[in-house]
Amino acid sequence: MNTPYTPGIAAARLDRDTLSENFDDLHAPLKSHEAMVAADRCYFCHDAPCVTACPTDIDIPLFIRQIATGTAEAAAKTIFDMNILGGMCARVCPTEDLCEQACVRELAEGKPVEIGRLQRFATDTVMAKGVMPYTRAPASGHKVAVVGAGPAGLACAHRLAMLGHDVTVYDARPKAGGLNEYGIAAYKSTDDFAAREVEWLCSIGGIEIKNNMALGAELKIDDLVGCFPAVFLAVGLGGVNALSVYGDDKGGVEDAVSFIDVLRQAENLTTLPVGRNVVVIGGGMTAVDAAVQSKLLGADNVTIAYRRGRDAMSASRYEQDLAASHGVKLLFNVMPKAIHGNGSAAEVELEYTATKDGKLSSTGEAIRLPADQVFRAIGQTLTADAGLKLEGRKIAVTAAGRTSRAQVWAGGDCAAGGNDLTVTAVAEGRDAAMDIHDVLMGGK
Amino acid sequence: MADLTTDFLGIKSPNPFWLASAPPTDKEYNVRRAFEAGWGGVVWKTLGMEGPPVVNVNGPRYGVIYGKDRTVLGINNIELITDRDLHTNLEEIKRVKADYPDRAIIVSLMVPCEEQAWKDILPMVEDTGADGIELNFGCPHGMSERGMGAAVGQVPEYIEMVTRWCKQYYSKPVIVKLTPNITDVRKPAAAAKRGGADAVSLINTINSITSVNLDTMSPEPSIDGKGTHGGYCGPAVKPIAMSMVSEIARAPETAGLPISGIGGVTTWRDAAEYITLGCGNVQVCTAAMTYGFKIVQEMISGLSQWMDEKGHTSIQDFMGQAIPNTTDWQYLNLNYVAKAVINQDDCISCGRCYAACEDTSHQAISMSPDRVFEVIDAECVACNLCVDVCPVEDCITMVAMEPGSVDPRTGKTVQKEYANWTTHPNNPSATAAE
Repeated sequence: MNTPYTPGIAAARLDRDTLSENFDDLHAPLKSHEAMVAADRCYFCHDAPCVTACPTDIDIPLFIRQIATGTAEAAAKTIFDMNILGGMCARVCPTEDLCEQACVRELAEGKPVEIGRLQRFATDTVMAKGVMPYTRAPASGHKVAVVGAGPAGLACAHRLAMLGHDVTVYDARPKAGGLNEYGIAAYKSTDDFAAREVEWLCSIGGIEIKNNMALGAELKIDDLVGCFPAVFLAVGLGGVNALSVYGDDKGGVEDAVSFIDVLRQAENLTTLPVGRNVVVIGGGMTAVDAAVQSKLLGADNVTIAYRRGRDAMSASRYEQDLAASHGVKLLFNVMPKAIHGNGSAAEVELEYTATKDGKLSSTGEAIRLPADQVFRAIGQTLTADAGLKLEGRKIAVTAAGRTSRAQVWAGGDCAAGGNDLTVTAVAEGRDAAMDIHDVLMGGK
Repeated sequence: MADLTTDFLGIKSPNPFWLASAPPTDKEYNVRRAFEAGWGGVVWKTLGMEGPPVVNVNGPRYGVIYGKDRTVLGINNIELITDRDLHTNLEEIKRVKADYPDRAIIVSLMVPCEEQAWKDILPMVEDTGADGIELNFGCPHGMSERGMGAAVGQVPEYIEMVTRWCKQYYSKPVIVKLTPNITDVRKPAAAAKRGGADAVSLINTINSITSVNLDTMSPEPSIDGKGTHGGYCGPAVKPIAMSMVSEIARAPETAGLPISGIGGVTTWRDAAEYITLGCGNVQVCTAAMTYGFKIVQEMISGLSQWMDEKGHTSIQDFMGQAIPNTTDWQYLNLNYVAKAVINQDDCISCGRCYAACEDTSHQAISMSPDRVFEVIDAECVACNLCVDVCPVEDCITMVAMEPGSVDPRTGKTVQKEYANWTTHPNNPSATAAE
């Protein structure tokens, strides 16, 4: 068996039991009594700041009070009314930057009401029973295509199905779920939660998922528009930004998203190779997810190298601390200059940076870190723009998700204006569904 | 989904949650907000006779009792009836009722115990189109010093007399609101019934001083260094109110008289409990004053979920279901024997059960050096104190002993047959069983 000190990239650095413990739920679900105690802390604020901070506008004080009064099912309904992926969002939302940051008890005591965990308590209660609390409206006779079965696409599909429309969801991957299935850390979605959530969501009926159908390959936007009166694009960001430095093509230099993807789909974590010395380039959630999971797989040294300061990092302070608590080293104000090694990466050369007049530049000071494995996590790009008007590098949309082309809406990470959060994608999918519904029913 | 529609005295409302006559229902602005928030009905804050309105104090009107973490358990108040012009109120009532025909609006009234005073005001109330009136015989402060409110409610003859006038000069339902500041609530309830009341509502607030300021030596709320008793309400008074409701529901002379339950209703569960004790609906004030009108959403969703789970399709399905199980002590089954059982998996070893039992009860819990707490069945009288003080829900439970088994405390075999105090050998006035 290998150990964390085994040189190079190797599998089975830790035994199976340790790995399975490492990748267990990041936060254990609240037990009933814990939920009561946690719920009791909510003040039922008027026009509550937590609701304002929630991209899906869940009525948080109401659902927490419903938990407090012993009706977790009613609480779940309050959540799902606004966010049908409330179960996943309870697991992956950066609540420390959203609802819990806004909580008045965070202001008062530095200890917010545990909104995320309470949301999970309520949604788990309903999903464990296999109950879909919504029924479909009478059939409208309309068919809608949704491209992409990630959070935005699924939220859109569910809302449309509920409103009586028949929805065909196309997805490029063999499984539905998008980033929920392929793109987030395993310890945030244990026990195949993403797949179970998709199955539960689709139990409303009227949603057909067709896998292995990618826009630009098997699917053409013109064909879709020809067949469906409305098309919702939620294709995410298919491409990964390159490092554009010397050595980027060396062995051991990989996309962080691919690493996470493989890890999420792995049947047996002992078969997954990871470097002894891992360097992750980037500062977002993907960087943290890749770094922490490398560490959990048994990497000896893991470093996140970010080109700006801590405050500019898009991963929250909570995520940064999570990484640090797992032994990941956070290196700030460094950017990659080169990756050295004979065929495969052995060292990464970083240069210190400074910001002058808002512009980032190298100070000329360089350091080298041992690196068998280097992960690129410096952002993703839209690969299937379908010929639509762009804003920046994403599809331009109105507030209701309309694109430059009639009959075509877009939302989630592929659309401009969002913040690449699951919860925001859900809100965009839901709102686009409402607009599509209005258009189909002749309202607007 | 369960139908929460309520028919109380022929007055329909979309749910059984009414706002009680109190500050939240003092004017059109509040009542409209309440209806928009989903309340089924309101009892408009008490109107007085024509003329110069009453005046209120210009300092604190409310005192409070907190639980942990400043949870509001009880509020008392020294506010009087509406201090707004009678006609302004009447016009607003008429307008709001016209705009919300599906909601209940009841007008609370308090005028002197003179026939003419009632004869004068009732036609004006009738003209508003409101669904009924509630007679405020309960307000325990200020107005009672002037011979109204609780001063009337404490004299059954006055209740009967005024109720009769109201039935004579007003065509719609008359609800009599009762004061709890009395020894036997069945007497005023029966008087109301004799006077022709369509229903009673209870309880009004309880005489109270919430706290004393130890610096100024003045009761709170303090007005320029002096305080007076106020009316106590909120979750703290619910047990008192439910007992009074059950007394009226059970008493032969008042059984069947419709009841509107008031006192500490804060959640759907509180409302369900009142309804099982015979109430046709509930009235709420403190919960709204503490959390705002939106609180009704939880009451609606919770009651609806519980009814669905229990298979109740309407309020009628479970109304009064707990009345047959509410009895006098003498009819409780003395052959029923239970013992406390501590679930060691759930126990967090705080020792509260031990302290309670060892110091103040029956020394029926043992404590080991490594803090394992166990019930001693030979000492346990099943008093339930350990259950009550245990911080972990369902960690300690009371388990009934099977008939035929021997109670180690008494050495007697547990009998299957029901037997109460009226036939117990220790009862000097026991009647022979045969």
